[in-house]
Parts: sequence; structure tokens; C-alpha cells
Amino acid sequence: MKKAFPILAVLTFILLAYAFYQAMWVAPTDALQGDVYRIIYYHVPSAWTAFLLFFINFIASVQYLASATPSGERAAKWIVIVIGIIGAVAPFIPQVRQQLPAGLYPSSVATTVLAIPVFYFLIGKYFPGQNLDVLAVTTAEVGVVFCTIVLITGPIWARPVWGIWWAPGDIRLTSTLVLWLIYVSYLVLRRFSDSAQTQKLAAVLAVFGALDVPLVYFSIWFFRTQHPQPVIGGGGSMDPRMLNVLLINWMAFLCFAFLICWSRFALEKMRREVEEAEALESLAEGGELAAQPSSAKIPLSRGTR
Amino acid sequence: MRSFWSITLATLAKDIRLEWRSKDALNAMLFFSLLVVVIFVFSFDPLAEESRHIVGGLVWVAFLFAAVVALNQTWARELRNQVLDAYRVSPAPANALFLAKSVGNFLLVCLLEALMAPLFLIFYNLRVLGPAWQLIPVALLGTWALVVNGTFFAAMSIRTRSRELMLPLLLFPVSIPAVLGMVAGTTSILTGENPAHFYIVLLLTYDVVFTTACLALFQTVLQAE
Repeated sequence: MKKAFPILAVLTFILLAYAFYQAMWVAPTDALQGDVYRIIYYHVPSAWTAFLLFFINFIASVQYLASATPSGERAAKWIVIVIGIIGAVAPFIPQVRQQLPAGLYPSSVATTVLAIPVFYFLIGKYFPGQNLDVLAVTTAEVGVVFCTIVLITGPIWARPVWGIWWAPGDIRLTSTLVLWLIYVSYLVLRRFSDSAQTQKLAAVLAVFGALDVPLVYFSIWFFRTQHPQPVIGGGGSMDPRMLNVLLINWMAFLCFAFLICWSRFALEKMRREVEEAEALESLAEGGELAAQPSSAKIPLSRGTR
Repeated sequence: MRSFWSITLATLAKDIRLEWRSKDALNAMLFFSLLVVVIFVFSFDPLAEESRHIVGGLVWVAFLFAAVVALNQTWARELRNQVLDAYRVSPAPANALFLAKSVGNFLLVCLLEALMAPLFLIFYNLRVLGPAWQLIPVALLGTWALVVNGTFFAAMSIRTRSRELMLPLLLFPVSIPAVLGMVAGTTSILTGENPAHFYIVLLLTYDVVFTTACLALFQTVLQAE
């Protein structure tokens, strides 16, 4: 890590600078919106990064809960495999295909669903045991930061283009806001809970949050959305030069997010190691006391509160 | 070994008996929601036509806040004399306990709603323009949505440092779709402008999804250590 990290940091910086140059000077000006549209080069990549991080958080949380028992682990594994198979096949069946919203390609739906088993097994392989929980904290924190950027840049763009800061009842706006609220409450729970049980409670909350977002989406789906259609995998059309710049920006943001996640992950691991060492040390001191005849009670397990 | 339902019923009967004797939660909730109603009346003072549009939001905000009062007491009561620890070591299924607590809270909040709804009608001079009977499924499904998640998150927040503060912070974000369904459903019935079927289906979906999730994960939360 010591060597690779600064190299990656420099590369990310160069990529971010290049992406900024592309977004500000190279990308053509929008015919209708003028230069104000350029904020999408920050808005959209942040949104994609935030959703990706929350998705990783959800997968890590499910895996953390499932890994508590061998039977749970097995069941979760098979459920994930079945989801992957159904998700990869179902969108191409004509009956299901008709149900998809207009402009959504079956292949993009299948790819999205296939990401569930792929991420599940990758995360399970590279983040065993407690690392799953460390990954969950990391992605939630960084995800909230990126989601905040989305929620700030959105209104800045909407004010000149729509004439309003915020469109209440809009699908995308509301579901992103709810997602942000859920993950803020997730971080609050982590902050306020004692160390011994935080991980499980937080993982449970992450599962509830993930169940909630489709319901929010469903609850307002029939309202007219003001938000522009998705650029990739949807029916929206975009100048290829703009799309190119957008993808460069996304790459830069992904590298940036990866960099922050990496350092946050290492920090959290270190914090836990220190905590563990301190606990062991105090336990050892208590052990010395216990060896003496007038022994004080050693707290072998942490209390419920 | 007693059956699942007999344990559920025993716990429920115990909770109802406790509440009947003390009436702590009910009195606090009633007075609290009365205060909310009065404050809303002072601050808005709407015409009859306007009030139909806003009262759906007000009524559910009042009940949501009042329900938190009851939900906070659910598990706090079991902390005294380590009753909760006794539950954890007992062979009784965790879900029996959870169901009993949820149903107890559900009955309590329903009672509150039945007592407070007439007050709203009086204070805001309401006359329902849509099919009034549909308010009953909206109220029942909405209350269950609040209560089932509320009971679950109360069991979670009791493990944290500032218990009473944590519950609304955990419960409100997850409850947003349910609150949206309740408010929009109530408003559309009161004004009679659109049918409320969509919202009833939404609340039903929400209830099924989250009741399943709560039952699947309650064991984990109760035994989390």
C-alpha cells in the first residue's frame, strides 16, 4: 500500500485535472441550456459513484449478516446465484420485455442484475470476516459524501434550467434524497452504538434501506418526472463528444472515490487494531490482578449497554 | 414447550394488562397529539376547502410523533429487572415476542387514532368528499407500517447510547414511502379528487415487505452481541 497509494494519488490528480479541462473547455456548449449544463459532468458521475458505493455497502451488509451462520451463508449464496440467473435471462423474454419502461434496454437490465452475484462473490472473496463490515462503513461514508455532491449540484443546475430549486414529488430527486437520509441515519446509528453490536445492527439497517428505495421509487413512479432521462442504457440521446467527456469524468471520479475508500478502509482497520490491542492490554492487566488473591472482577464480555 | 401463538398471546396479554393498569403510554400519546392538533389549528387556521388538502399531512404527522412515544416505551419497559436478557436466554421464539409487541403497539396506536380522529374533524370542520370507508384500510395498513418498523427499530435503538433520540432518526427515513402513501391516500379520499386504490396497494406492499424483513431479522437484532 505504501508505494502504490502515492502513485495512484498522483494518477488520480492528473486524471481529475484532465477531466476538468475536458468538461470546461473541450465539451461543446449545450444548444438549449448553454454553459450551465456543464455541471452534469460533476452531478452525474457523483451520482453513479454514490449509487455504486451504496450498492457495495448493501452487498457487504447482506454478506456480513449471512456469514453469521453456515446455513445462512449457503442460503444467501444460492439466492444470489438464482437472482443472477433469473436477472440475466428474464429481461429477454418477450412478456417481461414488454413490462420494461420505454427506453430501457433488456441488456442493460440484465447487466445491472448480473452485478449482484458478481459483486457478491468478489466482495466475499477479497473481504472476508470483519473486513466486510469495514468495507460497509467505508462505502457508506464515502457514498454519503458523493450523494451530498449530487444533492447540492442538482438544485444549482435546476434553478436556471427548470426555474425551481427542487421539484417535490419527482422520482429521482425524492429517491436520491431518501437514500441519502437512510445512509445518514446509518452513519448516526454507527456513531451512537456501542462497538460490540454496532456491526450487526448497522447491517440490518442497510438491508432495510435497500428494501426502502425501490418502494420510494414505486410510490412516486406515476408522477411525471422532470429529471432528464438516463444517459446510458436509457432512451436519452447525447452528443458523443459530450458522452465521451462524461465517461472521462466518471473514470476520474471513480479513481478518486477508490482512493478515498482505500485510505478510509486502511484507517478503519488501523483503528480497530488499536482498539483490539487496547482491549487485550486492559484484559492482561486485569489478568494480573486476578492472579492476586483479592481479585477484582474481569469484564470478560462487554455488557449489553 | 408452549406453542408460538400461545407465547405471543401471553406476551400480548401481559403488555395490555400493564398498559391498562398504568395507562402511561396512552395518556402521554393522547395529550401529545392533542397538543399537536391545537398547535396546528393556531398556526394554520385554514378554510374548509384548504383544510381538506392539508389535514392528511397534519393528522399523520401527529400520529407519527405520538406513536414514537409509545414505541420508545415498548422495550424500555423490558430493561427493568433484566427482562429482556431473560427473553434472550429463554427458548421462546424471538418472533413471538416481536409479534406480540407489534400487535400491542398496533392496538394502542389504533385506539389513539380512533379517539383523535373526531377531534380533527371538529377542529378543521371536515366533511369527507370521497368514499369515507376507504379511510379505514388506509389507517389500518398505515398504522401497521409505522408500528411494525417502529417496534423493530425501537429494539435496535435500545442498544444505542441515546435511546429515545435514536428511534425517530432510524424510523423516519425508512418510513417515508409509508408516510407518503398514508398522506396522499388520506388527502385523495378527503378531497375525492382521485381514487386511493393505488395508495392502499402501496401500503399493503410496504407492509408485506417490511413485516417479512422484520420477522427475518429480529432474531439477529435481539441476539446481537
